[in-house]
Amino acid sequence: MADENSVKINYLAALTAGLWRENPTFRLLIGMCPPLAVTTAVKPALTMGLSVIFVLVCSNLAISLMRNLLKPHLRIIMFTLSIATFVTICDLYLRAFQPVMSEILGAYVPLIIVNCIIIFRAEACASKNNVWVSILDGIGSGTGFTIALCIIAGIREILASGTIFGIAVMPRGFVPWAAMQMPVGAFVTLGLLLGLASLLTTKRKS
Amino acid sequence: MDRVYILIMGFLSVVIVNNFVFTKFLGTCPYLGVSGRLDTAFGMGLAVTFVTAMSGILTWLIDFYVLVPLGLEITRYICYIVVIAGAVQLVEMYVKKFFPSLNKSFGIFLPLISTNCVILGLCLFINIWGTDNLLEVAVLSTGTGFGFAVAICIMAAIRENLILADVPDSFKGAPITLITAGLLTLAFMGFTGMIR
Repeated sequence: MADENSVKINYLAALTAGLWRENPTFRLLIGMCPPLAVTTAVKPALTMGLSVIFVLVCSNLAISLMRNLLKPHLRIIMFTLSIATFVTICDLYLRAFQPVMSEILGAYVPLIIVNCIIIFRAEACASKNNVWVSILDGIGSGTGFTIALCIIAGIREILASGTIFGIAVMPRGFVPWAAMQMPVGAFVTLGLLLGLASLLTTKRKS
Repeated sequence: MDRVYILIMGFLSVVIVNNFVFTKFLGTCPYLGVSGRLDTAFGMGLAVTFVTAMSGILTWLIDFYVLVPLGLEITRYICYIVVIAGAVQLVEMYVKKFFPSLNKSFGIFLPLISTNCVILGLCLFINIWGTDNLLEVAVLSTGTGFGFAVAICIMAAIRENLILADVPDSFKGAPITLITAGLLTLAFMGFTGMIR
């Protein structure tokens, strides 16, 4: 009974780790390109997040299945090859069914291949754990990443154009902040959010 | 003469005006991670320049002479990533053999060059721009790597001075670096539109 309980806790920990404790964007600071590049509006950010969840879950699954066959020096190459395969699937799907989003995201979809989050989860979790833990870990990290993307994109979209999901939310006299649309807005927003995150963690500790 | 003019303008464009780090956010991980000290940043910049130049040319050749004639565009990303991983392996072996101290200060970031977005990003953008001669590809790839080196060196120089500044506790480290990066992009925005 006790054993069953600890296994359950293990699964739960794998699922929740990515949400805050090991949130890729706010805590680990890996995979920083998409949070900066695709967050001018919420919709592309959400599409990006969902694509990353898909690739993360699939590659974690594949790598976890072949973890006992991997030779140490060929490990990374096998990781990248399986990731590249799933990203190709995702890219073709987006091009076929979401042509507008595919146009907006452009080269950033294939760039998921070199997103550190996916290779990091493969190395840290999927190559050591069984299939179920790896899948849950993929879902958790991916969701944490998507939430981070949506927060940044939400702030930037509201301040840059006064809309969210394309619907106007700000009062009529609102003057859009053009700078938020530009690269500088991305860097400064993320910097302030990271400062806030570390402020919250230090407060909780003390 | 016209050809040379186009090449020079293309080079300046990817180094200054359309710098990958400042306008496309590619390569942000090493840009924030390895920019703590100027000498490490310089070494990193050189390594990335070499890998970008090599993999940019190689992937273009593979794309132009193998993938497109055979109709195998669907395997493009997989081919690209294999070429890049190979090039990085080469650099890693070289640095390990000839610059052991540099190798130690790079740590995990050296093998991670293969997951540096600048390199794959460049290969993809060359494909999107539809560049169709080898000389242009070579100039653009070298220029992109050089642009990354410039960006990371400027950042490292700023951060070396930033150590002395009085920053609020919760903003120490990554947050203040990101805000600095934001201001830096603002400065580089002054070049926007000078060259296409």
